[in-house]
Amino acid sequence: MTSEFRRNATSALQQDDVQTNLNRVVHKLREHRQAAWIAADEWRQLRRHCQAIRENAVRKLPQLLEQLETNLIRNGIQVHWAETAEQANHVVLSIMQRHDAKLIIKGKSMVSEEIALNHFLMQHGIQALETDLGEFIIQLAGEKPAHIIVPALHKNRRQIAELLHRHFPGYAYTEDVDELAQLARKILRDHFQFARVGLTGVNFMIAESGTLCLVENEGNGRMCSTIPPVHIAVTGIEKVVEKLSDIPPLLSILTRSATGQPITTYFNMISAPRQPGEKDGPREVHVVLLDNGRSTSYRDRELAATLRCIRCAACINHCPVYQHIGGHAYGTVIPGPIGSILEPQQRGLDRYGELTQASTLCGACTEVCPVGIPIADILNRLRWDATRQDADCSTPGAGSGYIPAQTALWKLWAWQCTHPGAYRLSTRLATRLRVVLPGYFDAWTNVRTMPKLAKTTLHERLKALGIDHE
Amino acid sequence: MNNARDNILKRLHDYRISEEIPADSDYASHHDWNTEERIKRFSDRMKAVHAEILNATADSWLNELASICSRKNLRNLLLSPHSQWGKQIAAQAERFPPLKYFSQPFEAWKNELFTDVDAAFTGAYAGIADTGTLIIQPSPDEPRSWSLVPPVHIAILEQHRICTTFTEAVARGSIESPLPSNLLLISGPSKSTDIEQTLAYGIHGPQALIVILV
Ligand code: SF4
Repeated sequence: MTSEFRRNATSALQQDDVQTNLNRVVHKLREHRQAAWIAADEWRQLRRHCQAIRENAVRKLPQLLEQLETNLIRNGIQVHWAETAEQANHVVLSIMQRHDAKLIIKGKSMVSEEIALNHFLMQHGIQALETDLGEFIIQLAGEKPAHIIVPALHKNRRQIAELLHRHFPGYAYTEDVDELAQLARKILRDHFQFARVGLTGVNFMIAESGTLCLVENEGNGRMCSTIPPVHIAVTGIEKVVEKLSDIPPLLSILTRSATGQPITTYFNMISAPRQPGEKDGPREVHVVLLDNGRSTSYRDRELAATLRCIRCAACINHCPVYQHIGGHAYGTVIPGPIGSILEPQQRGLDRYGELTQASTLCGACTEVCPVGIPIADILNRLRWDATRQDADCSTPGAGSGYIPAQTALWKLWAWQCTHPGAYRLSTRLATRLRVVLPGYFDAWTNVRTMPKLAKTTLHERLKALGIDHE
Repeated sequence: MNNARDNILKRLHDYRISEEIPADSDYASHHDWNTEERIKRFSDRMKAVHAEILNATADSWLNELASICSRKNLRNLLLSPHSQWGKQIAAQAERFPPLKYFSQPFEAWKNELFTDVDAAFTGAYAGIADTGTLIIQPSPDEPRSWSLVPPVHIAILEQHRICTTFTEAVARGSIESPLPSNLLLISGPSKSTDIEQTLAYGIHGPQALIVILV
């Protein structure tokens, strides 16, 4: 993992077009978000409110999940639980097989990426077709999403035009964004009509009413959840909220934080499959509730804050590291600051612990997070977990980053900082030995000059200036 | 799978944090709009996302509808002849393009809906001024897919049903309780910004949304 992440990051930094495309989109997203908050007070109040809603929901997670399950079942929605990605995939597969379906049309779902559903279904002879425009583009390119809201942000219109033309040479080449969108409409329309199973993610679930809420602009999510006879929604267990009145503030802060829109085109609230007397809508609605490590985060008070996330991507859009290396470099399902705290918790510090270092701890993520997740603190906490040797830590892969020499060095440093005599001696020694220090230091000095130590220590200079008691 | 359920819930219950966090109650709507302001805000927001607003009265709305049908060259119009508004249209059918209605289950008319319907007409349950949003409650008469599949969606909304915010709509019971099997908030025609964050309208849902305000 170590070298892979660094290799990815380095190669991303060398790709000028990726840099330009990323910069353009990230800056637009930031501007749009900024423009959506006219009054700073309103933002602060709404954030406080939303943070409390999500914190409350996370605290009551077990009760709310039970309440949600009862109400979903009462409404005629079938509930499936999955502890692992594999279990979730099998749930989807068995539904597909029961309906003898060879094609599944998909609305945007990061959880389906998390469980690598498309790949799994393909191995079982089932085609999964992405229908969100960005996801559709990414699927054609054989890539993974580079962003959780704008999956194809690293591609410009020319690249997208060429890609579509290569796959669908029957349509005239165009770089016009409207025409490209119309092209996708034409290509996908028949699939919407004929697919037997549609799959979507979920943005919120309401426990008190047993309702699934989907946020989208394109209408493909509505297509996938309305037209086929079977709708499957896959979601993490943390997406539940207590009541309907929790929804308006969360929706408002989600869309404004994500793209600056006051609301998306569609907010789709599904509480039941087709009812007697209703003419359309799916005959079966299934919900797959996925744990996949979430209940482990829940055990730890500090890390449980991660479960508040509403996947708005504001932290990603404001991250200087993401802005430079892009989404693919992370090698994870979810990139950026949220990915760097989430993925190590879910998939282990041994595999993804290095991501906690992919931050300058500037705190921009924490500042923009609409549910007040202290991302920078959690990054720090996970850095500690990675090197901890005690048994009190439930984070998977804890202690895997332990390097005895590094720990010894820090201990020595801590010791000398608390012992003035030793401190004076070591700093004096360092200044005297400055000439023998190397003029280069790994990749750091490829693009920077090596800092030079001063001839004398600060203490000595202050003393020489006659300033007493530093 | 039952094992998965019990295992997950057990893990959560074992570490459950009991005290509750009261939601901040100091968050309230910042707007205090009267009816006129609500109508204006609703219309402005809708127009900003490329929806068309037609202002009409209880007497003139049929004229507006007829003229939009001819302006858009609609070959047909899907509507329920049983709804409050649909009845009035059906009574003057000769002023409109051929009217369609489906009384069978979806499977019987799915193909026609995808390939042959130019526009669907539905009522709107309520509106939200702050965001420029229609609250649409599909019903056996006006099913879920009507506001989604045809290229043009025409919705009629009574002005007095426009609330200030979604929060207020929930608080004042402008949303039916218990929630219907499907409830939709629709704010404009379908759109995408997936290519260079540039707006493209009319992707998978309707390419045009027309709201008649009465
Ligand atoms: S951590 Fe906060 S800012 Fe980042 S995606 Fe989640 S909710 Fe949005």
